[in-house]
Amino acid sequence: MTPGLTVVVDYGLCNLDSMVRALEECGATEVECSRDPQVVRRAARVVLPGVGSFAVAMRNLKETGLLDAIREVSATGVVPFLGACLGMQLMATVGTEGVAYGTIEGLGLVEGEVIRLAPQSNDERIPHIGWNDVQARPGSTLFNDIPGAGDFYFVHSYHLRLANMSDETGRSSYCGGFTAAIQLQGRPIFGVQFHPEKSQKNGFRLLKNFLSV
Amino acid sequence: MLKTRIIPTLLFKGFGLVKGKGFDSWRRVGTALQSIRVYNLREVDELIFLDIAATPEKKTPDFRQIDELADNCFMPMTVGGGVTTIDDIRDLLAVGADKVAINTSALEIPELVRDGAREFGSQCIVVSIDVRKAANGKREVTSHCGKCATGRDPVEWAREVEALGAGEILLTSVERDGTMIGYDVDLLRDVSAAVNVPVIASGGCGNYGHMAEVLSSTRVSALAAASIFHFTAQTPREAKCYLAERGFQVRL
Repeated sequence: MTPGLTVVVDYGLCNLDSMVRALEECGATEVECSRDPQVVRRAARVVLPGVGSFAVAMRNLKETGLLDAIREVSATGVVPFLGACLGMQLMATVGTEGVAYGTIEGLGLVEGEVIRLAPQSNDERIPHIGWNDVQARPGSTLFNDIPGAGDFYFVHSYHLRLANMSDETGRSSYCGGFTAAIQLQGRPIFGVQFHPEKSQKNGFRLLKNFLSV
Repeated sequence: MLKTRIIPTLLFKGFGLVKGKGFDSWRRVGTALQSIRVYNLREVDELIFLDIAATPEKKTPDFRQIDELADNCFMPMTVGGGVTTIDDIRDLLAVGADKVAINTSALEIPELVRDGAREFGSQCIVVSIDVRKAANGKREVTSHCGKCATGRDPVEWAREVEALGAGEILLTSVERDGTMIGYDVDLLRDVSAAVNVPVIASGGCGNYGHMAEVLSSTRVSALAAASIFHFTAQTPREAKCYLAERGFQVRL
């Protein structure tokens, strides 16, 4: 893995310990949870985890100044960035969760909108909770060495609908199919809809891949 | 395909894990940390950890303990027991719970389910429903770890909590709990047919056949079990092999 400070962004909503522990188990030597924009600015890589509602998360990111810091470091094109679950959704241009009508602005790292999953049958329940397989795009960095159609742990009701499908690196078939993983073309900016820190072998392999970028 | 989850339930009381019968006659079954480490190695799908003494003893969740357990838990964990405020939910998520289970408080302050779902998203709010037969033969929801009858019908209550924003329902038959005679299939069928959020079956599992029975005749999304894993040599892994051979979707 590549050395340097891994910053797990703390915006006051989520489950940071398990992400930190998982990154450490995967070989990250310096991991820090922080809500300080300056710490994010000097990170060697940034992880944006997530549980919570889109609107509340964006409000917190704005109030803490983390929003600008994240946009700055991801704009450099050299600092690897991983958004997980809500963290990936926040990367979108706009979201719809937690607002009565209309949309709310996201981080805008990737072009797309976050909308509710739409069940295609009676058996598809929302939230989508549990282990589901992800079809990875061959050659994608994050899924290196992960067996085809590996299972990952999901817990979400919304998903990211990309404007450009070329950003998609992993797909789930639930609810007619949705984007389960993304990477911006030619840049170390990644997102996963599942929880790698809770996805055991496959999740840890994926985090190791991220740490090696 | 989304897999059916097999979920060991860990019940915590006082100093360690316990398992009873019909929500009574608790026996000690080891320490929480030990169990979590074993389940890590076995790569179980998910865990449920419930502090069953918290609500009856009017205690808040033991955040320090959950923090330690969550730090050692590399699988998704639902935590419940003594949750009465939004801050309790926030703090449990902050120390590492993936989902928070609410039972008595959902009955006493239904807004907690609504506000929790708004603030943190439905996906992390689990409403736990304990059901037993009333004197008149009808099913009713109980609170305070099965001690207080509420007169509420479980199907109606499940619909209500779904409307409030619950993202999942943990449905336990109090009479079946710890008996190992099989799940209450009728109850599970009726509730899982009435709602569109995932339902976790709980109470009564004694062998893998009981699991298959529920999956073939109800629409539950996950199977919780405790006694079978505490008191017999049966394991979550073997359960899944058994189910896979019979055509059910599980993660192996």
